[in-house]
Amino acid sequence: MLNRYPIWKNLFIALIVAMGFYYASPNLYAPDPALQFGGTSSAQGVDEATMARVSRALSASGVGHFGQEIQDSGKTGLVRLDSRDQQLKAQSILQRELGDGYVVALNLAPTTPDWLLNGGAQPMKLGLDLSGGVHFKLEVDVDAATVRKLEQYESGIKRRLREKRIRGRVALEGRRIGMTFRSEEDREVARSEVRDLYPELLLDRVDAETVQLFAEVTDATIAEGVEYAVAQNLTTLRNRVNELGVSEPLVQRQGKNRIVVELPGIQDTAEAKRILGKVANLEFRLVAETNAPISERQRFDYRGEARQGMTEWLEREIIITGERVSNAAASFDQNGQPNVQITLDGEGGMLMSRATRANVKRRMGVLFIERKFRTSYDTDENGETVINRQPYDEKKVLTAPVIQSALGAQFQITGLDSPAEASELALMLRAGALAAPISFVEERTVGPSLGAENIELGVKSLQLGLTLVVLFMMLYYRVFGVIAVVALTANLVLLVAVMSLLSATLTLPGIAGIVLTVGMAVDANVLIFARIREEIAAGSSNQLAIHSGFQRAVTTILDANITTLIVAVILYAVGTGPIKGFAVTLSVGIITSMFTAILGTRALVNLAYGGRRVERLSIGRVKMKPAVTTAPTNAESTV
Amino acid sequence: MKPIAFMRGRFIAATISGLLLTGTLVSLGLQQLNWGLDFTGGTLIELNYERSADLGAIRDELATEGYDGALVVSFGSDRDVLVRLPISYSDAEGTRMVDVLRASTSQEVTLQRMEFVGPQVGDELREQGGLAMLLALGLVLIYVGFRFQLKFAMGAVIALAHDVLIILGFFSITRLEFDLSVLAAILAVIGYSLNDTIVVSDRIRENLRKIRKMSPLGVIDVSLNETLGRTLVTSLTTMLVLTSLAILGGDMIFGFAVALLVGVSVGTYSSIYVASTSLLALGVTKEDVAIPVKEGEDQDAIAP
Repeated sequence: MLNRYPIWKNLFIALIVAMGFYYASPNLYAPDPALQFGGTSSAQGVDEATMARVSRALSASGVGHFGQEIQDSGKTGLVRLDSRDQQLKAQSILQRELGDGYVVALNLAPTTPDWLLNGGAQPMKLGLDLSGGVHFKLEVDVDAATVRKLEQYESGIKRRLREKRIRGRVALEGRRIGMTFRSEEDREVARSEVRDLYPELLLDRVDAETVQLFAEVTDATIAEGVEYAVAQNLTTLRNRVNELGVSEPLVQRQGKNRIVVELPGIQDTAEAKRILGKVANLEFRLVAETNAPISERQRFDYRGEARQGMTEWLEREIIITGERVSNAAASFDQNGQPNVQITLDGEGGMLMSRATRANVKRRMGVLFIERKFRTSYDTDENGETVINRQPYDEKKVLTAPVIQSALGAQFQITGLDSPAEASELALMLRAGALAAPISFVEERTVGPSLGAENIELGVKSLQLGLTLVVLFMMLYYRVFGVIAVVALTANLVLLVAVMSLLSATLTLPGIAGIVLTVGMAVDANVLIFARIREEIAAGSSNQLAIHSGFQRAVTTILDANITTLIVAVILYAVGTGPIKGFAVTLSVGIITSMFTAILGTRALVNLAYGGRRVERLSIGRVKMKPAVTTAPTNAESTV
Repeated sequence: MKPIAFMRGRFIAATISGLLLTGTLVSLGLQQLNWGLDFTGGTLIELNYERSADLGAIRDELATEGYDGALVVSFGSDRDVLVRLPISYSDAEGTRMVDVLRASTSQEVTLQRMEFVGPQVGDELREQGGLAMLLALGLVLIYVGFRFQLKFAMGAVIALAHDVLIILGFFSITRLEFDLSVLAAILAVIGYSLNDTIVVSDRIRENLRKIRKMSPLGVIDVSLNETLGRTLVTSLTTMLVLTSLAILGGDMIFGFAVALLVGVSVGTYSSIYVASTSLLALGVTKEDVAIPVKEGEDQDAIAP
């Protein structure tokens, strides 16, 4: 019979909507303000005694709290607070109580009940503009990574030639390493040595006035080096973020050489930047002997106020860099002096042992490299000021201890100024070194109060917009309007459910996307209803009008929505951060609105009017058509 | 109600569009856009003062501390202050400035938000944004050309380009800040206006096939009349929610809502006039949309 859905189809739609309600409902449970804490090293865990201390300290200061739990099998703990206003105060209380060995982070603990969690339902995550926090975009200095790679080749070749007692001059010339030899034989030996050491280099013999050999670094090798540097930095940043103890951090690669770091709940951006941005790159080099030629040594200033103005001559050759450091810890030696225990990786240990074996009693300098900027102002041809910000590495000597014995994969640095310096150095080393320098290219901080305000504003405008649309639809389309409103509500629920299932992040532009979807979602219904009205005006029976109204509107709806979807997908592909959030809500909204408007509305209309005699459809005022278009519709309407 | 002879007014509409576009191009040429922080780079800081903030004192303080080129304005209420630093200041400068301002007053000062955008990012964004728009227009051209016919696709793209340019012109003339959210809004307008244009085109195509004894101009008029109700209702509901966003959504979403409001209004107008006039100008005929004979034979079978 016309306009009746089979039962299975009604059940299917009902099932989808019911699932929508199930997966959307976790968002109704507002999260509790909470504090999360954990030890900065694996030795310090969280146990019952810690929890008791936490509870006592909070009670003593009159901070209402509940629901303590130990998480991560004793690595972190969580305590929920009665009010959000006390979160910051409670944080400083706990930080003082637990001491420096612990990191206390602001958190929002979900309150999703078990019957929802068991089914895999979870609330949407809130973006930084809603929850408050910091967003950083970092850029990995690809050029510096390239230069470093080239220098590694240069010193590797130099070392190998020296070991093999081949005399010659080695110098870096752009992308290739040039070698000049005394004789043809030397060059041949050198050639096979270099090929053995670095098979990836392209070797080229040139006979000009001198006997030369060039080792060229290919683009592929450079690209590999850059790739490695970015990947290594990503790992390092993840480690450092963990050191910060943020509850749900995000460290994500973006494009070729960018890394996005998002830290919800962080207030002190300066501290976060200090820890993230510090290159903490170290170079271990021997202190140059006084009679060494100037071409093999370099002078550096000392770092730290205590040794201001002092300098040290170091060899140009680098024994190892910070990326070989796999662990470091601050401690004290038997004399109570601060030191840093360093563990190197396998290759680092080998290099270190090779370099120090023959140099016991000489000194080894530790260089600390920091990323700085030099700003200069130029005037271009239009008379406008152009700002040049040139990043550069500032290298300063941290310490230059005497090598007491041949060093291996484990050794210690002594002679540091203070326990504080030792622990800072150890912290940065432990978090891993950056394989290439990074700089901050973007930073966005949203305070927690603004985040809460944004949610409130978003919800308010959604409420008002929805109310207006609902009123209009009901007045204009009567019973059909009510049906459209039900479909619209189902659409909103499905939209939220899909977003939650995708664990998409809700941002302010995302809310705007939802609001816009509300406005646009009724479009499909409007198209259908307008068609039905036309069919009635053209003299169709009511049932036939409903049937062909839907049928003819569907192609239009599909065409219109698919094109909009194309735009949304482009937005997602090209956009970043907030734009992506908007694109996601828009795309999901388009898809769910097609479902509810085409299938959902049809089911409701069928239930209300289908399969029986209907005197009049309550669809608002039907405008009689101009005579020219009253031609009968296509043959299909007689189905 | 008598059908409206839309196409009779197409020359007037073309003149209006021409004037709007000229205004847009002149304004864009003379004063570009008021680029927001996302595009120019720099530092933006929003502070909330406990009681009312003394803008003069803040400006003096910043001047003595050597923050040249700092722009201090009140934002929303007299307790909220927005400070913008030019790109020459590094990413560390913002935090330092907040400390300076906190130290200079006895009031409690809360940091609401701080944004730093480096110069590389801004340039890239402008490139990406332009690219996204061109890509969107290109793909639409292909899809509509494939689903309808090339003349319809051209009409749709001309209408979209028209809408995008007029929004840009609006932002250029009013000096409203053009930031990332406005760019997103423009792309959303492309989606929305397209939706509108497709619905109208769809009806024109249908009627070109159906009504045999009428000129293309007459068919377009009939089609516009038939879809007018739907066009107006959808625009109205969308504008209702956008107005509520503009009024209640807060400052961060205002530009977005305004761009969409302008876009939806222009988009509604352009789907009636620009797309159809272009279609006429391109000389659309019944033959352009004729269904190949093969498909016509089994019409019943393809009906869902």
